[in-house]
Amino acid sequence: MTSTAVAARADEVWKVYGSGEAQVIALGGVSVSLARGEFTAIMGPSGSGKSTLMHCLAGLDTVTRGEVHVGDTKVTGMSDRQLTALRRDKVGFIFQQFNLLPTLTAEENILLPLSIAGRKADQAWFDTVIRTVGLADRLRHKPTELSGGQQQRVACARALVGRPEVIFADEPTGNLDSRSGAEVLGFLRNSVRQYNQTIVMVTHDPNAASYADRVVFLADGHIAGELRNPTADAVLDTMKRLDGAGAH
Amino acid sequence: MFRAAWKSLLSRKLRLLLSGMAVVLGVMAVSSALILTNSLSASFDSMFRTINANVDVQVTAKPLAESNGEDEDNAMPQYLKPDAITRVAAVPGVKTAVGQVDANGARVVAKNGKVIVTQGPPRLGTAWRDGDGVAELRTGTGPKSDDQVAINAVLAKEGPFKVGDTIEVLTLEPKKKFTVSGIFGLSGGRDSVGGETIVAFTEPVAQKLMLGQPGVYSSISVTAASGQTPAQLKTAIAAALGDGYVVRTSEEVAKAQSADVQEFLSLFQKFLLGFAGITLFVGIFLILNTFSILIAQRTRELALLRSLGAGRGQVIRSVFFEALIVGVVSSTLGLFAGYGVAALLKSLMFSNLSEATLSFTPAAVIAAYAVGVLVTLVAAVVPAIRASRVAPIAALRDAAATEKSMVKITVAGAVLLAAGAGGIAWALFGSLPGSTISLVLMLGVLLVFTGVALVTPSVARPMVGVIGRAFSWSLPGKLGRRNSARNPRRTANTAAALMIGLALITGVSVLAASLNASMEGTFKRELSADLLIIPDSGDATYDPEVITRIKNLPGVDKAIGLYGGVTADVTGKRVWMTGLDVASAIPILNIKAKAGEVRALKHNEMLISQQFADLRGLGTGSSIKLKTARAGEQTFVVAGVYAPQELFSEPLISDTDAREYFQSQMPGVGAVKLKPGADEKQIRKEIEGMLAGSPEVAVASQAEFVKQQSGQVDTVLNMLYALLALAVIIAIMGIVNTLALSVLERTRELGMLRAVGLSRWSAMRMITVESVVISVFGAVLGLAVGTGLGVAVVRALKHEGFDELAVPWTRMLVFLGLSVVVGLFAAILPAIRAARVNVLQAISYE
Repeated sequence: MTSTAVAARADEVWKVYGSGEAQVIALGGVSVSLARGEFTAIMGPSGSGKSTLMHCLAGLDTVTRGEVHVGDTKVTGMSDRQLTALRRDKVGFIFQQFNLLPTLTAEENILLPLSIAGRKADQAWFDTVIRTVGLADRLRHKPTELSGGQQQRVACARALVGRPEVIFADEPTGNLDSRSGAEVLGFLRNSVRQYNQTIVMVTHDPNAASYADRVVFLADGHIAGELRNPTADAVLDTMKRLDGAGAH
Repeated sequence: MFRAAWKSLLSRKLRLLLSGMAVVLGVMAVSSALILTNSLSASFDSMFRTINANVDVQVTAKPLAESNGEDEDNAMPQYLKPDAITRVAAVPGVKTAVGQVDANGARVVAKNGKVIVTQGPPRLGTAWRDGDGVAELRTGTGPKSDDQVAINAVLAKEGPFKVGDTIEVLTLEPKKKFTVSGIFGLSGGRDSVGGETIVAFTEPVAQKLMLGQPGVYSSISVTAASGQTPAQLKTAIAAALGDGYVVRTSEEVAKAQSADVQEFLSLFQKFLLGFAGITLFVGIFLILNTFSILIAQRTRELALLRSLGAGRGQVIRSVFFEALIVGVVSSTLGLFAGYGVAALLKSLMFSNLSEATLSFTPAAVIAAYAVGVLVTLVAAVVPAIRASRVAPIAALRDAAATEKSMVKITVAGAVLLAAGAGGIAWALFGSLPGSTISLVLMLGVLLVFTGVALVTPSVARPMVGVIGRAFSWSLPGKLGRRNSARNPRRTANTAAALMIGLALITGVSVLAASLNASMEGTFKRELSADLLIIPDSGDATYDPEVITRIKNLPGVDKAIGLYGGVTADVTGKRVWMTGLDVASAIPILNIKAKAGEVRALKHNEMLISQQFADLRGLGTGSSIKLKTARAGEQTFVVAGVYAPQELFSEPLISDTDAREYFQSQMPGVGAVKLKPGADEKQIRKEIEGMLAGSPEVAVASQAEFVKQQSGQVDTVLNMLYALLALAVIIAIMGIVNTLALSVLERTRELGMLRAVGLSRWSAMRMITVESVVISVFGAVLGLAVGTGLGVAVVRALKHEGFDELAVPWTRMLVFLGLSVVVGLFAAILPAIRAARVNVLQAISYE
């Protein structure tokens, strides 16, 4: 494990689309540090820039100004090749949909990032992950033979199995019913508590955010507040306040 | 509804362009064939009419053998005595009657020592006629003495010759020298009708050299006095001359003359149209695939239209409307491209027909649109029906491609396959009348191809799995392999297109290899010559004296010259014969007796093959009456029946008889057997020296000769490869299209893969493996089907020269290797596209 206590951080990050009249500022100088071993949720209304922030932190998108670090590594200014390597070795992803390759079995999907990197899985860790997500009897199944919740749990296992510096989850429960969603969220929280995994989750669901250790609120491309050990109600209140502020 | 179809058409321009390309290429092939042959045929008709314009009626002697519309040179023409001219001139209504001397076979030696050859057109020798209204002197004069000739502009160019040059001409007699007195062209400024060469001698020389008899004419040109129509004159002359003459109006002569050319052109047209058909057939797969994929992509859109109240018929019509537009646009492009190809072909193959002009003949235009639109519509039927089955509810669901059972389609394919194989067997081994064999065979092959294409989806998964194993060592390879097995129908359709092209290529390769092997075997078994004298064309000959001189060379065991000739039986049927010194030929040609005796033949004795004996009901001791070219009717007695030979089966007579009876008194082929230990190189050199005066023949060892023969087969094979390559190109476009659409469909997947760390390079590799797997799959199918077809045909032709079956394994391995290259090539653009997938856009779904 690396020495620093910060898994990823953004310093004065700007993301600007277009120029002149048509200029849109998605992120207006955002600085945020994500502590190692913490479950952070990024919340905000539509268009607040929460997804953009996550994309920039994950090396999926470039920043206009400012700097992004993942662990000790400076992400800003990396080439496509370096970014690919970064995503492969240091970052895990969970998306809302289209998470799995339909041609691969659950097991193969889980091992995909490792296969891409040409690495072997740590068998003990793999077994632990599989046990935790409860997929032991589903490993040989194709994604089409799994329920939505099971598919998303496969995606979680895939993100975890490489022990990345940080896992980015983009609305991971957006397509799930509440029971499956709760399962996935519980599982994410567990992996933070038990295995010291760092997770950053973008969501607009206060209930999902309540599973996090910390919630960072974004509005109009700026940090608009934060909550520690949130409850769903507290998150909802803050959101209402932000929406209200946004309406003026 | 049409507006919606139109809009969707415009938004998918590139996709449709790719599918349209298949139609464009197919229509291009069809229209180029029609434009070229129709235009040439029209201009030939007009040219023949022009050169006969100054004659009203033509009289010839009835040939000994019926010409049955084929090559008139082989009909054993008879010649007219001068009294025939007097009798024609005396017919009331005849203004002039001029005897003409005109025959094929005046071969000129060019300045470089080689004989000038024409590809198809005759090499004429004639008697010069001043002011006949057809030939027009450009420089010099007509021949004034027997050592002078006038030549046509084609010869002057090819030689090159100018007035005053010495020119050597081979005719019925060995090479003779003349001085060029003049150069002429056709009236109207043309050099020739179709590239023919003409040497004009004085009348006595022409009669001797071209007709082989002094004082005879090949035809009489008659002009009518005013007030007489050619038809009236024809009737009058025919009545006056009685039996034994052919009297035709110039219109009829022109028709007969152009019939030869027309026959060639129509064969050529059929040949080109055959390949156009293959191209279109392969194209159907490409179009079908494209439309299917487009409709799969538009499932939601179609469902939305359905839920808004569009009927199933409307959906079908909208797909057909798209197909119609694609068909019309592609046909137009193909028609113009066809004109370009026709011009190119004309300049390559018919360069001596610069006068002929190409035009968009109505037949070409109609065929282009009919074929292009029809093919597109046929290909759209299945996708259209599939589109109409999209349920309105699909608009609300995530359009997951549901996998349909492939049982029905596989059963249908198996039935077609069986029917096709049955048809092929029926055509090849059954007893169908000759004319229907090729039709049944083609239909069978078509059914086999369709059947295999339908069965392919169900074998795609296992086969692709096996093929893909070769690439499974890396993750991108594994993903590529899985992707290619993902949609078996699509993979199968794409591979089937390549299968057809490669099956035909493999089939003709098997045929060619077997033909070469059989030929080689035949020569090895039946020919024991050390050196051969080989003519460059059917009418090439050499001085018979050469054989006598070869026999006298030290080290030579036996030498024979073979005389080719034709006689006619009592019914007027042609009988081809060969004259040779049988005693010397026995050890060289390995002739063995089946009945009677095989020995030196006496005067009017004959050796016949078993086939000939069966056909004519002859046996040893029986006799047959045959009309000869030079000595009228002769009675030949059968001395013996020789055992079956592959190289020849015609009746044999002695060389002395041949010189007496045949039109040509010179041999065309020769064979020499050496004594053991003789210096082959030295003897070959000496024979070559003796043949210096006969530039049309060359000396070759038996091995060289066999090589030459297989070289000819290979030339034809290469030409077929070039034409079949068009079908392969379309198949490649099909692979590109399928891959491009797959990349488009899987953008999100690609985005996810890239997000979790797949490099661009690996993404490209994944697509490339998919491409290679598809193309190797198609190649394996094609090789299998093609070998099957080739073997079937070879087996069927077992008794027609294909006695050995040879499968060209190395060549087939090369094809397999090339299919990998094809896969790599087809993957380039789709792979680049896959590498450029924007990760962020691919995974965002807002």
